[in-house]
Amino acid sequence: MNSAQLSDDLITTVLVIYALAFCLQAAGLAVERVKRNTRKSPNMATAAVGARYVPDGGITEVAHDRSGYGVVGRMGTVLLGFGFVLNLSSVILRGMAAGRAPWGNMYEFAIVGAAAIVAAYLAGLRVYPIERIGIWVIGLALVILGCAVTILYTPAADLIPVLNSYWLAIHVAAAIIAGGAFTVAAVASLAQLLRRRHRSDGEADSLEGVSYGLILFAFPVWTFAVIAGAVWAEAAWGRYWGWDPKETWAFITWVFYAAYLHAQSTAGWRGRRAAWFSLLGYAAFIFNFVGVNIWLPGLHSYAGV
Amino acid sequence: MSKRSTSVRPSHGWGWARWVWRTLTSMRTAVVLLIFLALAAVPGSFLPQRNVASDPASVQRFYLEHPGIAPWLDRFSLFDVYAAPWFAAVYMLLLVSMMGCVLPRCARLWRECRAAPARPPTQLSRLERFREFPSDVPVDAVLSRAAEFLRRRRYRVVLTDTDVRAEKGYLREVGNLAFHLSLLVLLVGVAIGKLFGFEGRAALAEGETFTNVQSSYDAFTPSALTQVDGLTSFSMTLESLDAEFALGGPRMGEPRAFDARVTYTRDDGSAESTNIRPNQPLNIEGTKLFLSGHGYAPRVTVRDGDGEVAFSGPVIFLPMDGNFTSDGVIKAPNASPVQLGFQGLLLPTGPGRESDRSQFPDLFAPRLDLTAYTGDLGMDSGLPQSVFTLERAGLEKVGDQSLRVGETMKLPDGAGTITFDGVDRFANFQIAYDPGKEISLVAAIMLMVGLTASLLIRRRRVWVRCSQSSRGVIVEMAGHSLTRRGSPAADFDDLVRALTEPTSPEARS
Repeated sequence: MNSAQLSDDLITTVLVIYALAFCLQAAGLAVERVKRNTRKSPNMATAAVGARYVPDGGITEVAHDRSGYGVVGRMGTVLLGFGFVLNLSSVILRGMAAGRAPWGNMYEFAIVGAAAIVAAYLAGLRVYPIERIGIWVIGLALVILGCAVTILYTPAADLIPVLNSYWLAIHVAAAIIAGGAFTVAAVASLAQLLRRRHRSDGEADSLEGVSYGLILFAFPVWTFAVIAGAVWAEAAWGRYWGWDPKETWAFITWVFYAAYLHAQSTAGWRGRRAAWFSLLGYAAFIFNFVGVNIWLPGLHSYAGV
Repeated sequence: MSKRSTSVRPSHGWGWARWVWRTLTSMRTAVVLLIFLALAAVPGSFLPQRNVASDPASVQRFYLEHPGIAPWLDRFSLFDVYAAPWFAAVYMLLLVSMMGCVLPRCARLWRECRAAPARPPTQLSRLERFREFPSDVPVDAVLSRAAEFLRRRRYRVVLTDTDVRAEKGYLREVGNLAFHLSLLVLLVGVAIGKLFGFEGRAALAEGETFTNVQSSYDAFTPSALTQVDGLTSFSMTLESLDAEFALGGPRMGEPRAFDARVTYTRDDGSAESTNIRPNQPLNIEGTKLFLSGHGYAPRVTVRDGDGEVAFSGPVIFLPMDGNFTSDGVIKAPNASPVQLGFQGLLLPTGPGRESDRSQFPDLFAPRLDLTAYTGDLGMDSGLPQSVFTLERAGLEKVGDQSLRVGETMKLPDGAGTITFDGVDRFANFQIAYDPGKEISLVAAIMLMVGLTASLLIRRRRVWVRCSQSSRGVIVEMAGHSLTRRGSPAADFDDLVRALTEPTSPEARS
């Protein structure tokens, strides 16, 4: 079996594993909720949502306790980690099959993107208690992988000459890493907005801390991706910025996230408003990946559907 | 950007100006302007833009397709969004707002760097991190050990009789300022490029030579202050162009490699050979030549009714599809007794008669379909004429034929012949000169470094205060962060450990 075939088979396996992890996480949440509702002892209530000292990050001090997250959910996380390793392996095999960085078309971008999202979630889990948004993150990764194998699939092949540059590895890799963190941040912001609709509570603050921390990491990476893209454009097309639709939407994404960061240090704009900016920035990012490739003609069209 | 109250003092006539300035430089205004900037950039990605994009004819096409709405969109600069006054207004306001906020912060940072770290507040226990413990070591020993520890951790430290004041992370603010100022530098770089640079295109068939003067360009877009007569003087000959296409597999027909072999001669007469490939431009003293496209130029010989050669050489045909079915015209104005014109279609891999579409982009079985015209080409009227179209008004169609290489088409009534000699390739070169791009690159690096520093570095303070009580020495320690993210626990915990661990023998002696 050659590595291209193996990569394709692994992706199918990854889909199944992520789906199982999704079910386990959902079951874990359900078990936890049932426990909390049935045993209404005061100890349990404070254990599930209570003040907790988090060593890094001052605003996440009020957070739900990890111990409230049952064995079933933790099994889901372990399975997710296993799926991630397989996902990464399939990406590497794909790169070996094509003999280049494995992100030269939308299919490859999607399978690497799914890996980046899961990686951002697992990395975030080490710092923040974000188990509760886990199923949404895995759900997104599932949708992306599902689209990849059904709609976007294309066999491994060489690239057209203009893409054949080491800048492809740098520019696109940075964009994907930033994208993974933006995705988890957007899920956290959405969860925050949904919670705040009902009441103002510590968990919404904790979710805001998650999205803030992730965007703090992703924003410079995204900035680097845009600058690397400009340097590459200068070498390939003779100008570093030309308001090509892809460039324009990268700029719009950047400005929305810049607005998010500024809103975070503006009195009265933290919380709900800032969360909307996070979602706007993410919408622009996703549109740049999907909409621009499909609907807007431009120099990046060769990325292929 | 600064957080300020917008309270207005009793007016001295300038109250409104103060109010405007304060509002403009407030963080809230900056956020609103950022959102405006993002939204203002959106229409440019949906509507065709002038001087942007791969397709220069897109605006004209939009005018033809939407004649009602196009003039109105044009009135609001919507085909020129990124050069529109309203777009400029948004980013200029943003820059003014930013500078109004950043410059005072520069001054403040300067003062703070020269001043000693702040005195500890009375209630240390209210701060983010706090620890209190008794110590069996004398006050000055505790304080000097704390001071030494913090100095080693690169804090700025002031040691007094009763306390240690330390602060760290000034680079955060430096980075923040560098980031915002870099945007100004970037604007300067962009402006220099837009004022002095130019962009152009030139197509060369194999063997042809390009001389860097404005008239040699097929398209030339100078800027306001481009010195059109002062272009870097050089000439460049396209020796050969190699192209490779995927011969099989899932992406059959996709290009795989282009390689233009060129010889160029500089002003001083020195000649050099090199290759221009995608992602590998040729740079001649800041003027860069990029291989941006390619196509085919059939070589033909046209003989007129007298048997004289009226035209000979390659003619550039423009590709129409992915397999390089290309069309073009051949004109022989010097033919006598009548001028000759041909409308042609070149199929680099042409099937038999059954189809007039090329089957593959590479040159495997070239076929040239010609429609011949005789009469007046209309080239003497003085009006400029495209080399890619025939003015048919004065022409009469006299026949058509499909030729393979080496074949000749005879026109009726002895009007002449045309021979298909072979096919050359032509290369499209994008030629660009941007004197501002180095400045922009410096700005981008400054932006990247400044941004990273301002987001990762946390400015924080640590205080250690000792008091002598009846029970011995009481040490109070507090730390807090001046930024949104809390101060790192490691520094604080390490300091606690350093002060509580059993004193080493040297310190005791």
